[in-house]
Formats: sequence, C-alpha cells, structure tokens
Amino acid sequence: MNVAAPQSRFLRATYSGYLVLFFIYLAAPLVAAGVFAFNDSTFSALPWKGFTLDWFFGTTDPKVGMFHDRRLLRGMGNSLYIGVIVAALSVVVGTCNAFLFERKEFPFKSVLYILMVLPLVIPGVILGISILVFASMVANGVENGTGIDLGFLRPGLFLVIIGQFSFLTTITSLVIAARLRKFDVALEEAALNLGATRVRVLATITLPYLAPALFSAFIVGFLISFENFNTTLMLVGSDAPLTITMYDRMVKVGSTPVLNAVSFFLMVGSGLLALISVLAQRQRADD
Amino acid sequence: MARSDAGKLSLILLMTPFLMWIVLLIILPQIGIGYLSFQEKVGPRQYVFGVGNYVEFLSEPIYWNTLLRTAWMSILVTILALMIGFPVAYYIAKIARKRSRAALFLLCLIPLWVSDLVRAFGWIVLLRETGVISGALQSVGLIGGPVELLYNDITVVIGLVYTVVLFMIVPLVSTLEGMDNSLLEAGYNLGGTRFTVFRMIVVPYAMPGIVAGCIIVFMLTAGSYLTPILLGGKNSMWFTEQIYTQFITRYNWESGSTFGVLLLLFTSAVVWLGLRLTGQNLASTVAKE
Repeated sequence: MNVAAPQSRFLRATYSGYLVLFFIYLAAPLVAAGVFAFNDSTFSALPWKGFTLDWFFGTTDPKVGMFHDRRLLRGMGNSLYIGVIVAALSVVVGTCNAFLFERKEFPFKSVLYILMVLPLVIPGVILGISILVFASMVANGVENGTGIDLGFLRPGLFLVIIGQFSFLTTITSLVIAARLRKFDVALEEAALNLGATRVRVLATITLPYLAPALFSAFIVGFLISFENFNTTLMLVGSDAPLTITMYDRMVKVGSTPVLNAVSFFLMVGSGLLALISVLAQRQRADD
Repeated sequence: MARSDAGKLSLILLMTPFLMWIVLLIILPQIGIGYLSFQEKVGPRQYVFGVGNYVEFLSEPIYWNTLLRTAWMSILVTILALMIGFPVAYYIAKIARKRSRAALFLLCLIPLWVSDLVRAFGWIVLLRETGVISGALQSVGLIGGPVELLYNDITVVIGLVYTVVLFMIVPLVSTLEGMDNSLLEAGYNLGGTRFTVFRMIVVPYAMPGIVAGCIIVFMLTAGSYLTPILLGGKNSMWFTEQIYTQFITRYNWESGSTFGVLLLLFTSAVVWLGLRLTGQNLASTVAKE
C-alpha cells in the first residue's frame, strides 16, 4: 500500500478528477491553437468547415498559406539564422564556464558563480533595454569621438543575437557543468600517465564524454532563442524574427488561421527538437 | 612548475570569455540603465544629473499604481500556481507508478517548449467573443449572445498561471521525489492526521522546492509581457508594457530606464525577502537543475 496516496475511494476519485482537469487546462489552448490551422474557413473559430492544408500551402488570396507568405518566411529565416548563431556561441562560452567553475579554483569563486546565474533572474525586458541602452551609449560615444558610426550597435540582428546570448549562456553553462561534474577525473589522469598531451586528452576523452550535453545544450539554446520574445522585442530592427512577425500580425490584422498554422508548425518543430534532446540525454543516462 | 604555468594560462583562457560576457553584457548594461535613470532632461539634448525621473514616477499615480498592480497580481499568480501545481507535483512524485510518472512529467513539460506567443494565441482563440468557448456556451443555450471572455483581470491571471505553473511543478517534483515514504508512515503511526502529516512533514520537506518554484514563478510573472498584453488588452496596466511604451513609443529612454531599474529593484527585493524568510540561498535555489 502506498502511504502517500489518499486512502478513501472518494478522495482518490476527486484527486484523479483534479489531475484530469489540470491536464485539460494544459492542453486546451495548445489544441485550440493547432486545430484551426486545418479548418477551411477564413476565421480561426468554430464552426468546422472541413479539413484543408491551404493555411500551410495555399497560394491564392484570401488563403495564402504560411509557406507562401513572404514576411512569415523571412521571419522564419531570421529566426533560424539567429538561433543557430546564438546556440553555437552560448555552447562555446558555456563549455568554458563549465570548465572554469568545475575544474578551477580562484578567488571570489562563489561571488562569480552567483553572477553567472544572475541573468536567469533578470526579467527579459530589462535585459533587452539595458543592452539597448549600453550599445547606444557606446555607439554614441564612438560617433562623437571619432565620427565613425557603428551601425551594428543600433537595433538589429547583432543586438538581438547579443541579447539572447546574454541569458542563454547561463542555461548552457548549467547544463554542461552538470554533465562535467559527473565525469571521473581518473580517466583523464590515466590518459595523461599513458603519455597523452593535455590537448589530446581533451579531444579524445573529455569532449566526447561531454558531447551529449553539448548537443542538448545546443538544441535547448536554439529552441529558447527561436521562441524568445521579451528580450528580442526591445532589440529588434528591420529584420524581425518569426515571433515578432507573428505578434505584429496578431496586433495589426487580428488572428487569422495562418497564425494557427505558424503555431502548429512551431509546436511540432519544438516538440521534435525537445524529443531529440531528451533522447540524447537518455543515451547519456545509459553509458 | 611548467604544469602550474599551464594551469594559470588555462585559467586565464577560461576566465576571459566569462568575464567578457558578464561584464559587457550584464554588469555594464545594468549600470548603463542605472546611470540613464539619473539623467534629467532640461532641454533638447541637454541633461543634468538628478533624481527627477524618480520624482516623476512617484508623482504620477498611474505609474506607481501600475507597479503595485503588477506586484500584487504577480504574488497572486505565484500563490495560485503553488496551490494548483502542488497536488500535481505530489501525484507525479509520490503516487504515480514508475512508468506513468515519466509520462506525466513529460506531459507537464510539453507546454514548456511552446512559445509564450503560441500559448497566448491559443487562449485568444478559446476565449474571444467569436471564440470556441463563447460559441460552445451559445450552442448549448447557456447564454443568448456572444460573450467576450478576454480583456479582464481573471483571464490575465488564468493565462499567467498557465504560463508559469510548470516552473512550479518541476522543482516541486524533484524535491518531493527525495522524500522517503517511511517519514509519512512514522507520522501516521505517531497518531498524526492527514492534515498534520501534510503540514508537519510534507511541507517542511518540500520547502526548498516551494521556495525555488515561487521565486522563478514570481520573476517570470513580474517580467512577463505577452500574456498580460494579449489577454488583458489595452487596460492590462502591466509594468513591462509601461517600459516598452516609454522606450519605443515615446522614445523617453530616461524614464524607461527608471522604470526598468525600479522593476529590477522591486523583484530583487521580493526574491531576497523570500530567500531570507525561508533561509535558502540564490545559487542553490536557481541552479539546482
């Protein structure tokens, strides 16, 4: 008998009922956002007028599908570009941070560790405006001093990348450090005793061991970058990523089924990526 | 000797990216908005150092009312998320059998991977005047005409709880999983009722998870932008919206920075107070996963 569970039948039924309600609550908006992508109607609402894929592949007005909508496609391209760069950068710096905090001893280590996790508790909007302000200060200073206009420090792709990188690095550092902590240093010592150089040990033993964590950190970083809104909103220039494009459409045009299609696409895409990252971690648990 | 030189070199190599990241992207920008918030505009392109922006914030009731409103709604959302999430986390950690445990936990995590925007959009499709729920209520005859369920505080709270409840469940599950059932058994054997066992054993045991969850949820709520604005509409009066308006719409960066500093100070104060009252610390709370 499980002492943690409620004992009376009535309480057990109530408890199960509560859980069912909770999961309906979790699923309802996602289902609503996804299902109407397939409704053959120009409104994302009931009644159901039959199944269609036009909101994905349609080419004629009023049903221009998301894959023929130029602005949405451009947004998607921008998101992809930003996501890959941000994820790669934050994995590289995250790996350095993991080695720094797991392997090295230095003064003020605990203070610096708190600084490292700090970006997680700063609201995204504030990270966005602070980087916007600082970049403009630098750009203005340089312009007044030398007359050179550092255009990349004005709102645009570069600032979006920097902004997302600033908090994603904390997440990748934590993921990679958690894996590095479990590594048995004796393996490295054995290789060193057998005459391997430090670089060789890193390349043939430590990094392969870390590979699953690096991989899932990359995926997680890409996903969070792709879906980020708050920080991006403050830093975006003319090259808007998908979330910003979609938000603009929602505010200006209202909700059309194209947005349901984008939602469905985002859900399936991030679901698949999350699954890949979970599988990579599962492999990690096996070895 | 050569070895310690190599050690020093690698320390420097590893420290450089870390310091560049933290100093250039976190510390200096925060100092930047702090500095800007003390710049008073006295004429076109003319500024003097002073607390004018803070005075303006205090003298304009709509500004500090927005901050207070954001604060109490965030606290309300945090409490609701704890109350709604705790039974779910308890079930996943203590009652579900091993296989369904993993499945349930994964189910809980799925919405975590879906963008805020998609979630808010889902609620809009469900709740607006021509939406699914309004339509369903009409077709069963409960209401006569279409009913607008968006743009009120209850909807904003429901949407916010939805957005953040998972961040409450995850730390709770990982804490509760470590609790040994024999603790509960001992409590019952000593004559404890369900309620005393819950209050004297389960809650104290889960405290680190509760604190971690509450902090994350509170920060996320107070800093959220999309959900209050899309579900609350024009009258949502959310503080991050004020910041956006000052920065982008009114191009008043000085007062926007002031608001940013105030939001940061305020949320940090709440988090600090929460940690102090419960005797936890930030590094272990946030970085446990």
